Amino acid sequence: MDTWMKVVSAAFLGVMLIFIWPTAMHWMKNGPKGTKKDWQGAIIPLAAMVGFVILLIMLVKK
Amino acid sequence: MDNYGQVVSSNASALATNKVLRNTYTLLSMTLLFSAAMAGVAMAMQLSHGAALGAMIGAIVLVWFVLPKFENSAAGLFVVFAFTGLMGLSLGPMLSYYLAFPGGADLVMTALGGTGVIFLGLSGYVLTTRKDFSFLGGFLFVGFLVVLGAAIANIFFAIPALSLAISAAVILIMSGFILFDTSRIIHGGETNYLRATVGLYLNIHNLFVHLLHLLSFFAGDD
Repeated sequence: MDTWMKVVSAAFLGVMLIFIWPTAMHWMKNGPKGTKKDWQGAIIPLAAMVGFVILLIMLVKK
Repeated sequence: MDNYGQVVSSNASALATNKVLRNTYTLLSMTLLFSAAMAGVAMAMQLSHGAALGAMIGAIVLVWFVLPKFENSAAGLFVVFAFTGLMGLSLGPMLSYYLAFPGGADLVMTALGGTGVIFLGLSGYVLTTRKDFSFLGGFLFVGFLVVLGAAIANIFFAIPALSLAISAAVILIMSGFILFDTSRIIHGGETNYLRATVGLYLNIHNLFVHLLHLLSFFAGDD
């Protein structure tokens, strides 16, 4: 990657970080907190997704 | 009489939610097809990486500064198509890069199919169980900030292991955002189908890009 592209990409991601920061802080402070049961309900589909990605990796691995 | 009023109000709310969901999925499928067509155009034109970066910056500018002004009017549809078109253009050089490798087409199709299965599976899970995943918001946004910080550092350090870790983290975070965004639509947290479409589109786009990166690394092409 050219140096100018590195600088522009980093600046772009930096601006994105600054823009998302207030939203992230808002959700951290005011967002609803999950119970143990809620987290279990989220971990099941995410674990299935991780298993599926590992399966895809094994399929493409040489 | 009070009960009757509550039933009518509840039915009206369910109808409004179903309308947002239907409109979101209709627009999402159309924008994904349009985006794929624009990626094909970018590949045919042999668009440079610099132009792809410009297209991506233009797309994000549209979403941040233009869409909020038009999100409640028909003109918002054009903004969403312009945004997804530019995002599609930005994919062109990356796809050309991967397709140049032996077996590259298989890899791209595997990543595309994998993205489709993950999106349909996670959306189906939320729509079937109707669980509220809004509690994931803080975790997902902060996780995304951390990944953005790591991505900025890795532009200059270019550490392959960090690049791989970033892709794995983005796949996990975007999967969480699919649960979060779909849940917000069905529980009335998101009532604008244009914003909902853009959110889900970004989840799918990032998921595809990073799944392709991860698969190509293990296939030995990256």
